Amino acid sequence: MRAWLAAMLALAACSSRPPAQRTLTVFAAASLGEAFTDLGESVERSRPGLSIRFNFAGSQQLVAQLEQGAPADVFASADERWMRHVVELGLAAGAPVVFARNRLVVVLPESNPGRIERLEDLARPGLKLVLAAEVVPAGRYARQALVRIGETPGFPPDFARRALANVVSEEENVKSVVARVQLAEADAGLAYHSDVGSAVAAHVRVLQIPEDRNVVAEYPIAVLAAAGDTADARAFVDAALGPEGRRMLQRHGLLPATPAR
Amino acid sequence: MTALRAQLLRLLVAGAAAGLLVLLALPLAALVLRVPPGALWQRVHEPLVLDALRLSLVTSAGSTALVVALGLPLAYLLATRRFRGKRAVELLIDLPLVLPPTVAGVALLAAFGRAGLAGGALHGLGVTLPFTTLGVVVAQAFVAAPFFVGAARTGLAEVDRRYLDMAATLRSPPARTFVRVMLPLALPSLLAGAAMSWARALGEFGATITFAGNLPGVTQTMPLAVYLALQSDLEAAVALSVLLLAVSVVVLLLVRARRPAH
Repeated sequence: MRAWLAAMLALAACSSRPPAQRTLTVFAAASLGEAFTDLGESVERSRPGLSIRFNFAGSQQLVAQLEQGAPADVFASADERWMRHVVELGLAAGAPVVFARNRLVVVLPESNPGRIERLEDLARPGLKLVLAAEVVPAGRYARQALVRIGETPGFPPDFARRALANVVSEEENVKSVVARVQLAEADAGLAYHSDVGSAVAAHVRVLQIPEDRNVVAEYPIAVLAAAGDTADARAFVDAALGPEGRRMLQRHGLLPATPAR
Repeated sequence: MTALRAQLLRLLVAGAAAGLLVLLALPLAALVLRVPPGALWQRVHEPLVLDALRLSLVTSAGSTALVVALGLPLAYLLATRRFRGKRAVELLIDLPLVLPPTVAGVALLAAFGRAGLAGGALHGLGVTLPFTTLGVVVAQAFVAAPFFVGAARTGLAEVDRRYLDMAATLRSPPARTFVRVMLPLALPSLLAGAAMSWARALGEFGATITFAGNLPGVTQTMPLAVYLALQSDLEAAVALSVLLLAVSVVVLLLVRARRPAH
């Protein structure tokens, strides 16, 4: 009885707290998870009464949700292709702006069960390679990167084909690629440099892809036509483009695309 | 007065029943109505769809066979014996029913993954489950087993003891009694259980994508293909869904036709 009363009191205390007056919903590519979570907290602090909700997923999945009428105020995509799709559907309120860049790395389990030391090893038969599916930006970039790596002098001419033959799973977003590697189920995966943050660094090794063989991912952001309070949406986009956003992006391994002021 | 109340009650019952039927039928009808039959026929010939359909049929048949082969002895023991730890076994059998399938997938990885508890032993036997078709079968069996074991156990327990006693007085050995008396009498329940288990396996998604991954032709069953198509090509996703629905209806009808009417 006493516990019941305490529970009721706790509930009453919760409901008497003043509710957040405004909510901003941001749909963002999975690879922006860490950076945007930090940025969101910073924007919330500077705009009292605002609470920001995030939906992080593969860009293609977010676009599918937007297409079906999911309510959102801001969209940040991991590639220009899906943002263009949103613009063509008339869902964006203004012209998208590229605010961040990212590059790919090869991620290996800490135990390195595939004994991968060089990029050439990715084409070794029997290796378990995991990529994002081709509709996912990270998956498309990864396939482009494999082709470019294969064009390195001294690489076998069918490097990309053989590496692709090693793919054992096509993931729906880049974070699941990292998870497969982290669990040591896959021998290697292609993910963004920003995905190998402090949370996973202890469980994975990183094999760098030379800059001239790498693919640069570009992240556009836009306020959506359905945005309720455009001032808040605008403020979030400005923050992503501004010095605060630059700092958050850099902290989490992304490259700001806007020049420092 | 009582007549009026009875009338009201009848209306209430009919209304509630109709409400549920609409809830079940409307989404399925809407799905079918979205796809022109010609477009559906075209989809069937796409290699990706054929691969997913074939894989779904093969794996769900495989997992159902596995569940029946291993589940029938267990159902027999549960129906006919009392033993220590029976309650724990019953709880274990019911757990996959309430477990979110994704959690089942994570659990399977923790047990049978390369770095899992039994991963080393499996590797020694030359068996790999993650990213393989066999892994899909195991994931489906994990989530579908309770449906068969539950129905089979009830069916076997309901067999009238007098038939079994009679067989015993005729000196029929227990194995013979099981095959000649118990099995035929419990057959409708066994078939219904197998059909439910098969249906659950066919629709399996969460445990499969988590444990076995997603690769066309190897681990991408119809539900996975539908889910991924949903993110890039809505029309394809709807067409695939209708196809899966049609296959399910055909198989359920076949099973029903074999069952004696009640």
